This record gives sequence, C-alpha cells and structure tokens, in this order.
Amino acid sequence: METRNLTCIGCPMGCALTVTMDGENITVAGNTCPVGEKYAKKEVTNPTRVVTSSVRVNGADIARVSVKTASDIPKNKIFDCMAEIMKIEVNAPVSIGDVIIENCAGTGVSVVATKNVPSAT
Amino acid sequence: MKQYDIVVIGGGPAGLAAAISAKKAGVSDIMILERDATLGGILNQCIHNGFGLHTFKEELTGPEYAARFIEQAKEMEIPYKLGAMVLSVSPEKVITYMNKEEGLVQISAKAIILAMGCRERPRGALNIPGFRPAGIYSAGTAQRLMNIEGYSVGKEVVILGSGDIGLIMARRMTLEGANVKVVAELMPYSGGLKRNIVQCLNDFNIPLKLSHTVVGIDGEKRITGVTIAEVDANRQPIPGTEVHYDCDTLLLSCGLIPENELTREIGVEMNRVTSGPNVDDKLQTGVEGVFACGNVLHVHDLVDHVSAEAALAGENAAAYVLSGTTSEKTHKITLKAENGVRYTVPQTIDVENMRDSVTVRFRVADIYHDRSIAVYYGDKKVMSRKKRVLAPGEMEQVQLKKDSFKDYPDITEITIRTEEA
Amino acid sequence: MIDSRYDAVVIGGGVVGCAVARELARYNLSLCLLEKEEDVCSGTSKANSAIVHAGFDAVPGTKKAEFNVKGNQMMDELARDLEFEFKRNGSVVLCFADEDMPKLAELYQRGLKNGVEGLEIVSGDKIREMEPNITDEVVAALVAPTGGIVCPFGLTIALAENAADNGAEFKFNTSVLNIKKVEDGYVIETNNGEIFAKTVINAAGVYSDEIHNMVSETKLHITPRKGDYCLLDKEAGNHVSYTVFQLPGKYGKGILVSPTVHGNLLLGPTAVDVDDKDNTATTAKELADVAKKSAVSVKNIPYRLTITSFSGVRAHEDGDDFVIGEVSDAPCFFDAAGIESPGLSSAPAIGVYLAELVADKLGAEKKADFNPKRKGFVKLAEKSFEERAALIKENPLYGVIVCRCMNVSEGEIVDAINRTLGAKSLDGVKRRVHQGMGRCQAGFCTSKTMEILSRETGIPMEKICKNSEGSEMLSHKM
Repeated sequence: METRNLTCIGCPMGCALTVTMDGENITVAGNTCPVGEKYAKKEVTNPTRVVTSSVRVNGADIARVSVKTASDIPKNKIFDCMAEIMKIEVNAPVSIGDVIIENCAGTGVSVVATKNVPSAT
Repeated sequence: MKQYDIVVIGGGPAGLAAAISAKKAGVSDIMILERDATLGGILNQCIHNGFGLHTFKEELTGPEYAARFIEQAKEMEIPYKLGAMVLSVSPEKVITYMNKEEGLVQISAKAIILAMGCRERPRGALNIPGFRPAGIYSAGTAQRLMNIEGYSVGKEVVILGSGDIGLIMARRMTLEGANVKVVAELMPYSGGLKRNIVQCLNDFNIPLKLSHTVVGIDGEKRITGVTIAEVDANRQPIPGTEVHYDCDTLLLSCGLIPENELTREIGVEMNRVTSGPNVDDKLQTGVEGVFACGNVLHVHDLVDHVSAEAALAGENAAAYVLSGTTSEKTHKITLKAENGVRYTVPQTIDVENMRDSVTVRFRVADIYHDRSIAVYYGDKKVMSRKKRVLAPGEMEQVQLKKDSFKDYPDITEITIRTEEA
Repeated sequence: MIDSRYDAVVIGGGVVGCAVARELARYNLSLCLLEKEEDVCSGTSKANSAIVHAGFDAVPGTKKAEFNVKGNQMMDELARDLEFEFKRNGSVVLCFADEDMPKLAELYQRGLKNGVEGLEIVSGDKIREMEPNITDEVVAALVAPTGGIVCPFGLTIALAENAADNGAEFKFNTSVLNIKKVEDGYVIETNNGEIFAKTVINAAGVYSDEIHNMVSETKLHITPRKGDYCLLDKEAGNHVSYTVFQLPGKYGKGILVSPTVHGNLLLGPTAVDVDDKDNTATTAKELADVAKKSAVSVKNIPYRLTITSFSGVRAHEDGDDFVIGEVSDAPCFFDAAGIESPGLSSAPAIGVYLAELVADKLGAEKKADFNPKRKGFVKLAEKSFEERAALIKENPLYGVIVCRCMNVSEGEIVDAINRTLGAKSLDGVKRRVHQGMGRCQAGFCTSKTMEILSRETGIPMEKICKNSEGSEMLSHKM
C-alpha cells in the first residue's frame, strides 16, 4: 500500500488530497468535489496537463496567436507537444477554436487557437 | 461638452463586465474608455488556462475569457474607444481623455465606473541593491513581450516573488526552452495559488525558496547573476546564507498595486490596506455616482471574482443614473477587519437600501490552519465558518443577508475576524 | 593611420565635456567629442544630486569655489537659451546642535567670501515655518536663495545638442586607448581608429586621471567615491520645497533631501570610496543609511513611495580640488579632471574658461553664425489644454500615450529619437523625455518604447539596448 499527498489543480481552491493506492484500488481523501477525486486518480496513474503557448501568425497586426491543447495530454508529452508548437506558423485570420495542429505529438489531441486574430488592417 | 450616462474607465475584464451589466440594467448611453489598442486588458497576455471556472463553468485561457465579454459587449452595441488615455477626472465628473483620432477631449458623465486595474510593483519599490543592468523585468512585462510581441527576454532565469504571474512565467519560459533556476519568495508562504505551484513549479522541478530574497544584482550592462539569501522573521537577510546564481534574466513578481492616480484626483477616500478607494455595498466611492470594481478596488485572485464584482458595480451605476440619486443613507454600518483579516470590500453597508445579500470580500494576513472566519454584528457572533487552510494569496468571501440584520436594528459595526476553530 | 583630424577633441560626453564642446562651438575650429558610451550623460553626470549649488560650501580661493559661483550665475540665462529644466528653489543647511553653530557661521562666511548672494542664518523655529517638515532637533539653518535644482540629463543633452547644431561632431561608442604626443598635437588611439587633435580637452570624469596620465609625468589620482540615492514618487514631491542639506557634524557626512525638477523627492547620497570606477551598484547598507540619515533632517518621509534607487560615482582627486587648465608638461592638452561636486553647477563656467584657453592657443576667432539657442523637448504634460489639443491636431502621435505614469506620448518619443544626437537606447529615451521614469518604472511601456525605437532607428528589436552594447533587452525572436 502506498500513500501520496497531492494538491488538486482542478480549481483555485487547491485542496490537499491524500491518495491511497492498494494495487488496483485507489482511494482519495481531502477533496471537496468530484473533480479532486478524478484528478488524484489520474495524477497517480496517468498524469495529464493542458498545454498553453503561442504560435507566430503572419498577415496580422499582432505577432502571435495564443493556443492550447484542446484537452489535457500526458504530462510526459508536454515538451514533444511544445516542439511542434514552436515550429509552426499560421496565417491570419484565425478564430478561437481553429485547429492549429492536429493530433499534436501523437497524443490524439489537437492544438487550437484561443484568440481571434483578424487579418492586418 | 458631450455628456454620457455612464463612462467606464478601462476596457479590461472589470470594465467590460460593468458596462454589460449596466446596459442590461437599462442604461444605454455608455462609453468605455480603453487606453490600450484592444479591449480585454491584461487577459490578452494571460494565455494560460484556469479562467472562468466560476463564471462559465469551464476552464478557459485569458484571451478566450476576454473574448466572451468582448463579443457580448459588441453584440449589445456598447460604445468604446481604444487608445483613449484618461488624463484626469474631476469631482464634477468631467473626464479629460486623449487619443490619436480626436486629440484632447472633455466629456462628462452622470456616473463613472473606475476599472483601471493594477500595475506591478517595480524593482525600485523593492529596494533591491546592486547594479541596474538590462534583463530585469517585472513578470508581466516579460509576459507581454513573449505572448503579445513574440520575443523571449532571456534563457537563464531567476524569479523573485511567487505571485501568480511569476509562477505562470516560470512555466511559460521553461516551455519555451529557458532554464528557470529558482523562485525566491521573501515571505514564508507563496502569494500565488497552490495549483500554480504544482503545475508551474513542481511539474518542472523548479525549486521554490520561501523566506529568501535577492540581496545583490551583478552585471553592469546585462544582468549576469544574482545573490539570494535567506531572511529572518523580520525579513532581514541572514548573513552567511548567500547563494549565487548565474543568470541573464531576473523576473520580479512581488505584488500588484491598484492604479488609483485618477481616483485620488477625484478626491475620494482611499484605503491604506487595499490601496483602492473605500466603497459601500453598492461599490460606490465617497463621491456620489463614482463606482469602482476589479483590481483598481482591491487586487483579486481570480478574474471570475472581478467579473462578478464589476457586474454589481455596473448594475448599481445604472440604478443611480435611472433614479437620479443615491438613496439617503439611513443605517450605515462600518465593516471592521481584525485578527488576521486584513481588510474588507465593501467597507460600509447601508442596510436600509442594500440588496437581499451582499458579498464581502477580503484577504487574510498569513497562512492559517484550521481556523474559522467569524462575523460579528456588534459584539454578537452571527456566523462562523471553519476553514482547513486560509492563505493570503487567496481571496475569501462571506455573504451577508439583508434579513439577517432584522434582529440587529442598532448595530453600527460588523467585525470579520479569524478565530481558533 | 590617422582617420580624422581636428583642431580640438574633447574626451568625455558628460556635463563638463558637453559644456566645453558647446563653448568651443562658438569658435571657428574643427571640433569633435569622444564618448565611450552610446549617448552623452552616461557616467557621473547621470547619477548625482541634480543640484545647482549656491557656492557657500567650497573653501574660498579654490577652483571649486570660483567655478561654482560663476556656474550658478550663468544658469538662468543658459536654461532660457537651451530650454532645460532648472529651478531656483533655494537651499538650506541644517544645524542640529548649539555647539555646531560656529560651523554654520563659517559656512556663512565662506559664502560671503565666495560671492554668494542673499545668505541668511535663521532660527530653528523660523526654518520650520518656512519648511514645515524640518525636524524639531534643528536649532538653526543657513538659507541660500540662489541654490537650485536642475535636470542633469536635460542640461547635458541641451549642451550637447547645441554644440552639435553649431558644428561639433560627436563620436559615440569610442573609447580612448592611448594618447601620443606628436609634433603639432596629439594622436588619440581609440577602438574606432586614430584621431589627430591639435588640442585635447580631458573631461573623462572618473577616468580623467588615466587620460591625463597618458600624456603627463605629473600624475593625477582619482578615487571613485560612490553615493547611493533613493527617488520617491511624485506623490512625495512636495514634502520639502528647499534642497535640505545637513551641516557635517555629529551625524557624519550629510544626506540631502530635495525636490527634483520632475516633481519627485530625492534622498542621498552616501559616500563610500570604492576600487572600481564603474561600481554603480547600490548596497543594502547604504540604502538603509540614506533612509536613516534623511530622517534626521526631515520628518515623515514616505519611504514606501520609493520608486527607484541608484548609485553614482564621483571623481575625487587627491588634491581635493578641480584640476582645470593646460597640463604643465603637455602643451595643448587641457584638463577638466577631478570634477566632483559642485561639478554640475560649475560645468557651464568650466566650459567658458577652457574654451577661451583652447581658442586662444589655436588663435581661433569667434563664429559670426553661432546660435546659442536650442529648442527644448515638447512636453505635452506641461502644456495647457488648448496648447496640447493644438499639438495633437498637428501631430496625432502626440495623442498616443506610451508612458502613462509620466504622461509621455509616442510623438514625444519619436521626437527624442529623431532630433540632433537623438536617443538610440531605452535609457536615451528616458533621459530625454522621461518615459519610464515614473512609478511603474517602465513596467507597462517598455515593449512599446522598444517598438518605437526599432521602427524609427531601424535597429532590430533583438538589438535594442537599455544603454550601450551588451545591454540588449531581449534574447531572441520566438
């Protein structure tokens, strides 16, 4: 049996979680809502994060368009994902939700725009 | 001189939410004055996620959160001006602003909503000794350069202060290939959110040194290194604990200061703790018809709270314009913060004319475990809520219901304090 | 190989070098000023007390006394001609103990001998009436109405621009490596080639001993004397109206408390001899000293309003006086060395004196077309509503505020970059139009100012510097 103490990142409350792992059996204590339990179970088995960054945008009044992974990706894929994001350039206009990279770093998750960037005036 | 019903100074999250709610409350003659080239304020450079869990029940990035409000304001056809810098506001509510297109303009307003936000505490205010080379940035300035302009400020990074922007920038710079060596925090606790310590520092094995500060800066042209030392209980560096770090960048995330230069000019009463104006339960300042919300009123932890507060300010400003006056204050109660509660916003409540309930927001002075937040009407304890952890980095709030005052017709003071649970 | 030849070469673009250059520009001669940094006013001239001393402090008969009083008297006309910020706010020297009264009287007598006008000794109560925040411990004070405050950048840049407008050449990023005496003058070796000069004027600040020693056997020795300062926000700018000095006494060397021409409150300096001439690092101990000692003079100083602290190095020569004039064993080589306080006040007079000596040596005549006037920077924040509105109509960029704390517009920054000897760095912009000098210390306007600098000068963003090369602001484009 193994015990781990975590801080929930599900919301700004940052609940202090205690996770007890007994083989397949994982129990979570200290959470105030179901998000905490879900996060804790994931964190000890397959930790994931949403990655946010920005990519160069051409033909716009601003230099960068902000992006994020459409959902969380495995933590150990963060830098692979960043490597792809850092390589890419897009052309204006860009709208929130536009897919910038499909299946980023083999995670099956797309990178999408988080900012509306109109073409240069 | 053109007169508007409501002029909102600042088109960031607070100003947008205030204008939208004022319009919903029935006032159409609104003008938002924004000094930057876009609406949305500082959210535009906050490209990380974590916004909107309260407001939209989903996790958005800063630009996405801003876009929701910008789109709504545009749909509602709320007028705004960009690149419009307000130079002065008089107690008679005459506003002088300027921009490229119109030059210098004076307008007047029946009500003004102050929503100018805050600024970062600069190095000078921290009195960090040493050289004054290039490469020392407040975290938000570096954030803007990276996320808006597309330039990285450095490769070997030390961060002083563990405010949220500093934590977010530790991760941001790491993701872009920089080596963030350490985050030093003067206080024995972090000023940032716990989740940011986990996902911005712990995830990348960036050490957080609490009770540490920068005691020396090297490099005449560009910064080449800093010396960090542990501090004692009085926050004075302890000799012999100095550690040198080579670096080409020092980011500062040492607190935010409400930008109240205009507010002071109007002559409203200011609060020493919040550095914002004192307000009543309508978020009205000491000058009738002048309301304040968001980080200009007090520095918030979450934009969601800013939006909620600003919506209230907008609604109240609209009510003021529609009724032509504020109602006579018949039963004004002063809120007092004590024993670990640093301040409250609002600072007064007008019981007769209050809404069904009022949200009182505050911050605590230190990290407390297993304490209660207690509310006293006069000397009678009327509420006590146990909290496992209270931290200065996180804003707390209590709701006071209008009904609850029925049994206390004569109180003049409400006290909010922490107590041993 | 000689790359260029001049009748006169001034070494050093501080206030003294620029004053000499401006005065030399009155004459028919070829003139060049060498500065090792990217801009004028980059050494001692940029970090000092910004005071125009009345002249009671220096010992009668010294060069310090002579040039201080003369320089002070020149300042009104100079400020009018060159449009820099100068104000005669008056100085006071505080006496804290009855037993120190003779010292105060001595200062008064010195002032009389030096020719300082309007001096008066007043009681403690009287001075508190004049300046309510003076502490209760003060028993008497010497009041000098001719004392003033000046913008040291404004003065130096104005002198430099006016010199350039009248034909002086300026070579920046040019360090003097060696100087050789040749038959009819000197060959100055620099990192940018060799320059021949018939006459040389050494105004190299803390390095003036090294420059002097290149040509003379009568060696000079300068000790860099560092002083730390604190600058408080404009909110504290009215805390005192006079420049408040302390009588050196039981509290040791004095710390001054003074308003600045920009409306801030300045505290300092400490005085510590250092080994390194470029050691402009503040220390915690000295900054604490500034706070402690300033509180002796003035009550309730709102230290929490500190917006920045900085340090300057004064050129203290072993002889304890300015070294001014032709070097005895190096004809046609002129010193303006060891110019520490009251150097800023003295600079205009030193300029006149040395320019006359040099012109005399060269037999140069005065130019008929010398223009003593120079237009100051347009400062919108100081204009009336109507003037400002008219200016914005003329140039819409005056309507775009970049620095919100100091209210500096894009138009003013563009002007600062594109005029004579325009700014090439962030510090250059700051010193000319005060962008970033306010309470947020350029937190908000750094990126916008860099963009404007890059656009106007063609310097790529990654190469924009805080000051000279090596102080690049950014690491790379993402």
